[in-house]
Amino acid sequence: MRYLFAFLWKHNFFFLFLLLEVIAFLLIANDNYYQSSSILNSTNRFTGSIYTASNNISGYFHLRKVNKKLAEENARLHSLSLNAFLKTDTNNFFVKDTFYRQRYEYISAKVISNSTSKRNNYIMLNKGRNFNIEKDMAVISAGGVVGIVKEVSQNFCSVMSVLHKKTKISAKIKKNNQLGTIVWNGQNATIGSLTEIPTHVRLAKGDTVITSGYSLLFPEGVMIGTIKNFYVAKGDNFYTVDVKFSTDFNAIGYVEVVKNLMREEQQQLEDKSIDKKDE
Amino acid sequence: MNNLLFKNALRFFILVIIQIFLLNQIRLGGYINPYLYVLFILLLPFETPRWLLLILAFALGLTIDIFSGTMGMHTAASVLMAFARPGVLKMIATKAQYESGVKPGIQDMGFPWFFSYAGLLIFIHHFLLFYIEVFRFSEFFITFFRIILSSIVTLALVILSQYLFLKIKK
Repeated sequence: MRYLFAFLWKHNFFFLFLLLEVIAFLLIANDNYYQSSSILNSTNRFTGSIYTASNNISGYFHLRKVNKKLAEENARLHSLSLNAFLKTDTNNFFVKDTFYRQRYEYISAKVISNSTSKRNNYIMLNKGRNFNIEKDMAVISAGGVVGIVKEVSQNFCSVMSVLHKKTKISAKIKKNNQLGTIVWNGQNATIGSLTEIPTHVRLAKGDTVITSGYSLLFPEGVMIGTIKNFYVAKGDNFYTVDVKFSTDFNAIGYVEVVKNLMREEQQQLEDKSIDKKDE
Repeated sequence: MNNLLFKNALRFFILVIIQIFLLNQIRLGGYINPYLYVLFILLLPFETPRWLLLILAFALGLTIDIFSGTMGMHTAASVLMAFARPGVLKMIATKAQYESGVKPGIQDMGFPWFFSYAGLLIFIHHFLLFYIEVFRFSEFFITFFRIILSSIVTLALVILSQYLFLKIKK
């Protein structure tokens, strides 16, 4: 036995090498087995946090792509800009400097959390009170409507997605201006329901549904989706219309929060007229 | 001694960081993966005990493995490289002996010595690493081609880094 130890000691360099190589090859072999993941998991959590930190830095290298995307969205918004302005009375054009006065302001924001699988879905955005975002502002994306701001904190805001039990958006069918309301029945994240379309209206599959602009939140003409299917339920005076959302709620990245600059004025007027009627 | 320890520890971390966050992200043409981290083993002092050499190489390889998700591959290659180091040193010994205090770099040993020293060890390291990674003989020559190319790039980086640090010292 003593000779064995003496032998091992004499060639310790070689045997240590052998031992370490055996460990290395065991690691290689074990890496293929799911069982070894328990050891790896703890290290992955560690490496994960380091990679997150590095991603924060490498995110800057993707700015070119993000910029391009934003520029495209900007271009789209410019093409819509007539909708963003309210035409003032052209007869009194000398009173104002311009024909148009800005009615909607768009604030771009990034989605930082999102869900589509629940009955009531919320989206979190990376801007809040610090960017003048307030409760009940509309949120749209390049694809179409997204939701309505519900809660605002200093740096974030929570958006009630269209995929929510309580979301109701005033909508109309583009070709004949028929007014209805968009709700979501909670089954399919790509399909909504357009209600309150009377049965005498002629519909066709593929008709475009846009926002009506009658609510104080959404500007007119924001895309909602296209009609996928419609029928009249027994004993009902209204159509049941399935609308395929143009927004892919699973893949929203950047959105715009819409601020209606004249909302307060409209709201006051509305309140006043209701009060008068009651008297 | 403490200074030496600190220097080598710092070199260890810097090389690991460079390897993980920079070089591992680079794939030149799908063929070339430089592995600069072996520089740590190359630059260990001559009087490092041989067992320590192996342990350090093991730790280095394992660190790289954990971050690359290639359990064991770099470890095996690094340990083999450390094992081969004393032999390579003996083989290419010049008249100038490996005295204590002399560092295995271009500055102390000259370019031709360092070139053959680093070249041999890098080739040994890459040879084992790439064949473990591929783990089949059917692509023997393509793999060999990759080994040669990657060894050249790694060697170039190693020599380049030598000159970079020479300037700082002067």
